[in-house]
Amino acid sequence: MFGLKADWSLDVQDRYFTIEDYEGAQPRWCTGCGDHGVLTAVQKVCREAQLEPEKIVNVSGIGCSSRLPHYMKTYGFHGLHGRALPFASGVKARRPDLDVWVSTGDGDCFSIGGCHWVHAMRYNVDMTVLVFDNAVYGLTKKQSSPTSPCGLKTNTHPTGAFLPALNPLTVTLGVSNVSFVAQVVDWNPLLVYETIKKAHAHRGTSFVRIIQRCPVFVEDVHKEMQNDPSQILLLKHENGIPTNEAVERIYPNSVEHDPSDWNGAMAIARDESKVPCGLLYHNPDAPVYDDWSNVGLSMSDEDKLAGVNKALDSFSI
Amino acid sequence: MTKQATAQKSNVAELSAGKPKRIEEHIIEVVSDSGEGAQKCGQTFGTVSGKMGNGVWTVEIIPAEIQPPARSKEGASGVRIRLGSKYMTNMGDQADLVVALNEQVLYNRIENRAFREGTVVLLESKWGEDPQPQIREDYAKAVADFKERGLIVHELPLEKECLKIVKNARKGKNMFVLGMLCRIYSRDTQRALDEISTAFARKGEAVIKPNHDLFKAGYQYAAENLDYHYEVPPEKEGIQNPTIVTNGNTAIGLGVLASGMDCLAMYPITPATSASHYLADVFHLTGGFMHQAEDEIAAAAYAVGSSYSGKTAVTITSGPGMALKTEILGLAVMCEVPLVVVNVQRGGPSTGQPTKIEQGDLLSALYSMPGDAPKIIMAPATISECFHFMITARKLAEAFRTPVIVLTDANLATAVQPYDRPEPQAEWLAAPIDQSEWDKNIPAYDWDEETGISPRPIPGQKGGEYVLTGLAHTKRSKVAYDSMSNQIGCNMRSRKMAAVATTLQKPEIYGDKEGDILIISWGSTMGAVHESVDRMRKDGHKVSNVHLRFLHPFEKDLQEIFSKFKKVMTVELNYSDEPDAPLTNDATRRYAQLATILRNQFVMDIDCWSIVQAAPLQPGVITEAVLGRLEKLN
Repeated sequence: MFGLKADWSLDVQDRYFTIEDYEGAQPRWCTGCGDHGVLTAVQKVCREAQLEPEKIVNVSGIGCSSRLPHYMKTYGFHGLHGRALPFASGVKARRPDLDVWVSTGDGDCFSIGGCHWVHAMRYNVDMTVLVFDNAVYGLTKKQSSPTSPCGLKTNTHPTGAFLPALNPLTVTLGVSNVSFVAQVVDWNPLLVYETIKKAHAHRGTSFVRIIQRCPVFVEDVHKEMQNDPSQILLLKHENGIPTNEAVERIYPNSVEHDPSDWNGAMAIARDESKVPCGLLYHNPDAPVYDDWSNVGLSMSDEDKLAGVNKALDSFSI
Repeated sequence: MTKQATAQKSNVAELSAGKPKRIEEHIIEVVSDSGEGAQKCGQTFGTVSGKMGNGVWTVEIIPAEIQPPARSKEGASGVRIRLGSKYMTNMGDQADLVVALNEQVLYNRIENRAFREGTVVLLESKWGEDPQPQIREDYAKAVADFKERGLIVHELPLEKECLKIVKNARKGKNMFVLGMLCRIYSRDTQRALDEISTAFARKGEAVIKPNHDLFKAGYQYAAENLDYHYEVPPEKEGIQNPTIVTNGNTAIGLGVLASGMDCLAMYPITPATSASHYLADVFHLTGGFMHQAEDEIAAAAYAVGSSYSGKTAVTITSGPGMALKTEILGLAVMCEVPLVVVNVQRGGPSTGQPTKIEQGDLLSALYSMPGDAPKIIMAPATISECFHFMITARKLAEAFRTPVIVLTDANLATAVQPYDRPEPQAEWLAAPIDQSEWDKNIPAYDWDEETGISPRPIPGQKGGEYVLTGLAHTKRSKVAYDSMSNQIGCNMRSRKMAAVATTLQKPEIYGDKEGDILIISWGSTMGAVHESVDRMRKDGHKVSNVHLRFLHPFEKDLQEIFSKFKKVMTVELNYSDEPDAPLTNDATRRYAQLATILRNQFVMDIDCWSIVQAAPLQPGVITEAVLGRLEKLN
């Protein structure tokens, strides 16, 4: 632990990273915002894995969630609204050595970035995708998002959102070649940490939906769930997100769910009477896009020139 | 029919069999329904001629649909080959000789002003005996109409002749036609037979033999039945320098390979996609990877992400795709991510004319992004330049930490021409990704006050950690909350363009350095403009041309060059108001795109002439337009 190997007296790593090594600018999220806790968990996971900060790239779109890269002392890419996933896929395309993370939100990922979301799940590029889902547009000041509950009063639907909320879990699970789908609530730090840790360890696209509070614009949306933990369905399994007694005491409703069981995952995701928390689906063997995009990386200049010449020769007359 | 077209009529006088007539050049078309192999026939004819040392320019005639209705005007598919003694730079004016496998497709070409009085038409005659009375009637009517229009029509039983050799004439008539053309133009038959063997090598002797037989039969048929027999002697016999034959899109693909870029992200769009098809086939030769993205935006984003991570990436698209990529390009400008963007322009606005040429995306390349987003814009003038510009574009993108837009068009994309084989150099290849330690004291945008240029930290470089952001940012790439940072950032990005300009040369003047009219052109029209200038100068007119390769920033000393001419005008393939159009006056007239920016930049009364008629410019059309302007001048 603490980055030292068991035989530390013989082989000490020349660099040891503390939380401070991953801390960027002072976060400017509102007081009580769920994003703070997620940031802390990400930093802890990095520290635990002793990731070299210069090898980490935090990619994001636009929105409150997408400020996260600024608060990390790593490389970052705070791009455009909805486009975090294709930017991140491009970053990883020819750089297998980089550790790519994506912070996005319910508007960024499920609305303006909807097309990229579906396809990124299918590409299964090796990266960790954290969706900060607060069921509202925060940075632009309280407009309905795809996951706003029906009836939520916002500046774009002052009499209440018309439509039933989008279910991101069923959509994500429905994409061919999806490989890792988890859900967690931001107000349980241990579960957030364990979920992100498991997601980061997975090779492929890990999709983590973090149900997250926005105390400024929609304080009530998750209030009930916070006060009544029985609304949450804790998913337990030896291959799932590790829990402990304290967690299990908080959440009286739990179920044994094998994350390799896609049908079971879909059934849990579809049952909207409870909010599942844990690892819904995990397929470590799904084809990873990197296995194609990394081909040819080590080619020498001599071989490249020979390749160009071969290509040109095929058009010689 | 133009005056000039009639004058050329003597070029195709019928001859008695025997000694071929010597000619400088001819324009030949083969037109058919799609799927009849007219393009294969034309390409082979072009390759054989190229190998003999002739000048060749080949243009595909492409229908908009994959399977258009048979025997229809809109279904015309085929090829135009301009064959000459000298080097050919464009598709020329009206055709001299046409082979048509049905009469209806010719109406497409007539509409495109491809023919003149005296153009010889060798027409498949089987439709005149078709079992369907309607087809017989249409055929007879069309033949009479063609004659009325002054075309010289010969009805030939191509199908019947082919059926003597193969059961299905549809698959092979093209080789019969190739044989005919090789006889008519005294082509080297052994070379042609070799080309056929190469083309069908994969399919084996069982396919090669009947195609050889068809070729020989066509050759024999033309010798016995046609009086047309020409000789087009090349200036120099055979290949002088190592030569390759490609179209412009393939040249772009080859340029990507030779530039050492190793990531292409694309989304299918006509007429750009064939460049990506080619790279999909060969990118492994240089270790590269092609990503087919879910949409145009994602393709650009993927390329920018990849560039951010180290090497410069490329994305290839056309107008409607550019419209979608706009926000990503804006980010690349703002965040100074090197990127090469190829826009193979087609007709616009909106979906426009997907398979047709236009130069309509210059202003949108310059101005479509929100705020001030300066970037480099280049336009290759030839197929060979399509290759070389990819290497230059990558280097400029990296040196100036900026996107570079390369504007080609549907004409360059599909035209085929022999050109000097490039000799790839190690220095053309992109450098390996720098992973050395970055001096922490150097910010992510350490702008040089003079040039705006700054070095770029690459992920993996310890000490260089920064967060790229599309928001206004400071030197350290921190979100700027102060009032001056945005001003400074804009200054620096703009200054880079001024720095690029200092590296550019004065463009060559084609013709005299002073005179009455200076034509300014850009992109694929150079060959046609030069030919037109040659003709006008021969007739004593004081007309010259400057052809621009850089549209932003401009090459050096343009103002000085312009000042030596009584009138400066652009010739372009995009929309402009004619000066005498209804309700049009100096205050309302909308100028062609290059003219608009030249007028703005140089505060000179620069005129323009442009059309948007879905076809490459013909030298004759340019000549007519410029002479019209010249008349008003004197």
